[in-house]
Amino acid sequence: MSQNVTASAHGGLTLRSDPWWALPLTVVVFLGSFIVYSTWAAFQNAHYYVPPYLSPFYSPCISKSCLHLTFGWGLPEFSLPIIGIVSPAFLILAGPGFFRLTCYYYRKAYYRSFWLAPMACAVRDRSGYSGETRFPLILQNLHRYTWYVAVFFIVVLTWDALLAFRFPDGFGIGVGTIVMWINVILLAAYTFSCHSCRHVCGGVLDVFSKAPARYRLWRFITRLNERHPVYAWLSLFFVGFTDLYIRLVSMGIIRDWRIL
Amino acid sequence: MPTAIMRVFRGDAKGGGFQEYRVPAEEGMVVLDVIHEIQATQAPDLAVRWNCKAGKCGSCSAEVNGKPRLMCMTRMNIFPEGEPITVAPMRTFPLIRDLVTDVSFNFEMAKRVPAFRPRPRDPDGTYRMQQEDIDRPQEFHKCIECFLCQNVCHVIRDHEDNKRHFAGPRLFVRYAALEMHPLDTNDRRELLKEKMGLGFCNITKCCTEVCPEHIKITDNAIIPLKERVVDEYYDPVLWLVRKLTGRK
Repeated sequence: MSQNVTASAHGGLTLRSDPWWALPLTVVVFLGSFIVYSTWAAFQNAHYYVPPYLSPFYSPCISKSCLHLTFGWGLPEFSLPIIGIVSPAFLILAGPGFFRLTCYYYRKAYYRSFWLAPMACAVRDRSGYSGETRFPLILQNLHRYTWYVAVFFIVVLTWDALLAFRFPDGFGIGVGTIVMWINVILLAAYTFSCHSCRHVCGGVLDVFSKAPARYRLWRFITRLNERHPVYAWLSLFFVGFTDLYIRLVSMGIIRDWRIL
Repeated sequence: MPTAIMRVFRGDAKGGGFQEYRVPAEEGMVVLDVIHEIQATQAPDLAVRWNCKAGKCGSCSAEVNGKPRLMCMTRMNIFPEGEPITVAPMRTFPLIRDLVTDVSFNFEMAKRVPAFRPRPRDPDGTYRMQQEDIDRPQEFHKCIECFLCQNVCHVIRDHEDNKRHFAGPRLFVRYAALEMHPLDTNDRRELLKEKMGLGFCNITKCCTEVCPEHIKITDNAIIPLKERVVDEYYDPVLWLVRKLTGRK
């Protein structure tokens, strides 16, 4: 038997009956928490170095006031009204920050969760949408340049991870050494699974058979790229965790266990 | 035998509403079976487009509980027993009647795709391609033109005006198949940027989520096309290299 139910075909926000709001909300909570923590940590300008560990938020340390100068020299300190001396973290955080900001995966995440365009599939979009055709979102097209910068950071963080074997009393391995190596491996997995990297390394070609080395590289990056969102989240959490670990050891709240 | 509570949209462009039907649901049924049961026993005038019942013709696209799906590939047992199931027409396209929409927008956009233009034949009069050259376009050839990706894309779903200058994911798949084809010599990047609205896509991946053929539309078609447009229009280093070397 049938009965009338008055409603238009697609009135309201959506006809979806599943908890479609859960994923964007989760992204807001976790991404928001990371942004709050990393901003707080960058403002601290302290407890970012405990021999032989340097926090990834402060690497490369290029300010003269740095506790551990990466290149042996430092830029002069500069201050801003109200803020005071600018933390060295702010000199370098923009690099990886812009890489994540323009990342094809994070674009999906924050367009859905923060931009609400749209919040979820088949959920009504906000009005006034122009996509990535106008300033500032048209700058997303420069993602590959932020990738080049991110590759530089991987080199620097790998150097830091190597230095994490050099304790004041000689060669050693601590829990912090392992934390720093996991951090750099996850960040490298995220950086080299990037869509722009995939394009630059081989995706641009139409005839793979004429460039077998680039084809093999493209296939390898394609396999990494399939897990790009996983690497994006794992590396985000772990870079925050690495800073927190070094901070807590530096403050004397926890002790770094020496394995070797 | 459990009873399925179906709320099916009935109406046309002038208006309409959901009508509730109670149908005996047998084991193994899909949503299209239940719609046919309603047609056969309660509403013989219910309009629904279908053909193969095997997920290969792309005709029976609709929105089941608000999610774009092929009705013939949506099993009834994925829904909680006793709860109403809504079946609505695709929202992005003009409604003809009940569950049938006018999808001609997609065919009009398809007409605007510059045709395949192969390079000259090899000296022996043949074309030769290696499998690795053709793997990427072959993924795109799996498309069954169900237009679920077009339907779920918020660029045209929620912004009718954009239909004038946005091809949509299905057509981007078509463009990608041609652009990445090892024999094709046509350059469609300017058209994609200026007329087909590639920049309107904000990578929210809904098209990939609903594709019944599991084509990685965003990762393998749209993003590579965006990167190719970047090569031509937004990369100052490549621009300089082109100027200095005279290469295209």
